[in-house]
Amino acid sequence: MSGEEIEVTPKVTEERIRKYLEQGKRFDGRELDGFRKLTIEKGISKNAEGSVRVKLGKTDVIVGVKMDVGTPYPDSPDKGNLMVTAELLPLSSSRIELGPPKFDAIEIGRVIDRGIRESKIIELEKLCIKEGEKVWTVFIDIYSLNDDGNLIDAAGIGAVAALKIAKIPKYDEKEEKVIYSERDKSIPLRKISPFAITIHKIGNNLIVDPTKEEEDVSETRITIGSSEGIIHSMQKGGSTPLKTEEISNAIDLVEKIWKELFKKVEEQLK
Amino acid sequence: MTTKGYVRKDGRKNDELRSPIKAEVGVIPNADGSAMFQIGKTIAIAAVYGPKKMHPQHSQDPEKGTLRCTYNMNSFSVEERIKPGPSRRSTEISKITEWALEPTLMLDKFPNMVVDVHINIIQADAGTRCAGINAASMALAHAGIPMRDMVSSISVGKIDKSLVLDLDKYEDSEFDEGEGSTDIPVSITHSGEITHLQLDGKISKEQLMEVIEMAKKACNEIYEIQKKALKEALK
Amino acid sequence: MEEHKRNLVIPGEIITEGDNYLPGEGTEKRGKKIVALRYGLAEEINKLVKVIPLSGVYQPRRGNVVIGKVNLLTFNGWVIDIGTAENAFLPLTETPRFVPKDRLDEVMEIGDIAVVKIFGINGRGIDLTIKSRGLGRIDEGLIFKINPNKVPRVIGKEGSMIKIIKDYTNCNITVGQNGFIWIKGDKIEDELFAKEAIEFVTEKSFMEGLTDKMDGWFESKGAVKRESKRYDEKSEEEWGGENDN
Repeated sequence: MSGEEIEVTPKVTEERIRKYLEQGKRFDGRELDGFRKLTIEKGISKNAEGSVRVKLGKTDVIVGVKMDVGTPYPDSPDKGNLMVTAELLPLSSSRIELGPPKFDAIEIGRVIDRGIRESKIIELEKLCIKEGEKVWTVFIDIYSLNDDGNLIDAAGIGAVAALKIAKIPKYDEKEEKVIYSERDKSIPLRKISPFAITIHKIGNNLIVDPTKEEEDVSETRITIGSSEGIIHSMQKGGSTPLKTEEISNAIDLVEKIWKELFKKVEEQLK
Repeated sequence: MTTKGYVRKDGRKNDELRSPIKAEVGVIPNADGSAMFQIGKTIAIAAVYGPKKMHPQHSQDPEKGTLRCTYNMNSFSVEERIKPGPSRRSTEISKITEWALEPTLMLDKFPNMVVDVHINIIQADAGTRCAGINAASMALAHAGIPMRDMVSSISVGKIDKSLVLDLDKYEDSEFDEGEGSTDIPVSITHSGEITHLQLDGKISKEQLMEVIEMAKKACNEIYEIQKKALKEALK
Repeated sequence: MEEHKRNLVIPGEIITEGDNYLPGEGTEKRGKKIVALRYGLAEEINKLVKVIPLSGVYQPRRGNVVIGKVNLLTFNGWVIDIGTAENAFLPLTETPRFVPKDRLDEVMEIGDIAVVKIFGINGRGIDLTIKSRGLGRIDEGLIFKINPNKVPRVIGKEGSMIKIIKDYTNCNITVGQNGFIWIKGDKIEDELFAKEAIEFVTEKSFMEGLTDKMDGWFESKGAVKRESKRYDEKSEEEWGGENDN
């Protein structure tokens, strides 16, 4: 092919998706507010303090939690640190080029970071070892294994799940060394589940958990990090504007889905 | 076999592979071919995309297709977190992997095209490049790339004076007594040709030739596992 | 090796051994051994041994009807992506009606999907035509992709499988040899049903007698067979055609 081939869903399919949505249908038979099958595999990577593999339909991400001891930030000398990164592996899609992280990966990392941070699910004050000198840093690293749309939500579920099952390694204060082979306590967490749930607008319809094709056709999206009806973070992506009513509907939709997701995730983490 | 008294921590015999050894194909739906290979606690996934048009155009080879491999370890695949992104080590291993696989591929059938192989290490306990090559060879076959043969890979080596097969992390990087540890990752085609060989340590020619025979035997075992995974892909 | 026996082989595997055997597609002879060069089903007919691939990118052949996307308009035609690395080009001389050079985009624009036929493959690339019936721009419908190696199964012997699917779902279906499939029905439910049926066939493609089992499958889904008014026995293009090189 001459020039760059941009793999995008063709117009005909875009029209078909819109037409189906007008009648409340999607290509895979789901409802507009239906999530694909969710499976969470725990402990996929034993060197991580906690790790999960989340599959949402064919979308597949792995999330690992690692911890290390370091110095606190000057403006929070008695609090642990949090760092969330996301990598879109070239493994996961033919569309991904090699090189430094592109915007998509950076955005996923930042959106999930915000969701986790603002919800204060991690009791960072309890991760202080010696005020002003030594605190724990929690690293949450997200990797995509197969991209069939909605990586953000899958990553968000993975981040929350990995945090819940992670165990803190022992810290030898004398030797100033982390002993990874000894892990016992769980990370101090508030009992919330701040999932990131993204609502997409296609035509006049709002859908959730889009496949790649649907994502291509999505005009704009809004990711809402919330737990039990309390909103912690929001991010609107894409350039099409949203009416206030649509935002309100999106929030209602997220609350409804959060409840379903919460049940499913609790079940899988038992 | 020179087995001078070294007792392995996990109770294995010197010429015994770790367990479990698991292999599966078709693990990444988007890829043209994909596979997972696990040996002991080391787990690798490989995905193949291609053959497809190569960009940029000036990199195209009008005589034959190009094989491009990338190797990446997840930050949490090891005990001490690795910062995400490429490193010198991963760049080197990517190249080694290309060299290990290329001799078996019939790239002359795809001029101007590229076959991309992406390897990701999910969990590392030494032998990651070998696990990656094992997964990649399965993934290439799974993708329908014309190939003359499969490639199987394993690390052999020497722990003090004993010749051993399939070094784990302790043996590879922590063992430090006597003559220390020598690590030798090898990749061999099923018809017995060596496509990749590296060595770090201290070993005599005689011992090396002996340990290569150990590797050949082990690679036959690994080949059977790779073959089984490909054959069981149809249910 | 039994005639017509098929077994799954991997690259480098010895399929059979003997002086009389001849290496066909996907194999090579090493001494007396016939060795597989692809992952697929080994088949031997009258001493000719070949491997039928299960995977791999679409291999274009003259006469194939395929479905592709318009990527570029040049001064004298359309560059169409049919899933091959080689360029596929539709010259404006290969359209059913005359198209003036400045009106190319009225026939097809970038992003449009079309059913095209390969009429030649040469060093420069693949030459396409839309002159015959059933070819041309797709105006609407459901398009999805399957593994191109499964296309023969979805079409069936002389179109038998695809006919059953059309009859039960009352849809127009065009199966491109490159794995792209176009479904158009009166109702969305029919289109989704046809897609489901095709996906079922690709999953179970190794089953013996799958065509016979399809009546049962459809009935279990509550479908009723009706002779599809749309199916025209003469229209080879409708089901994607066969190789004619």
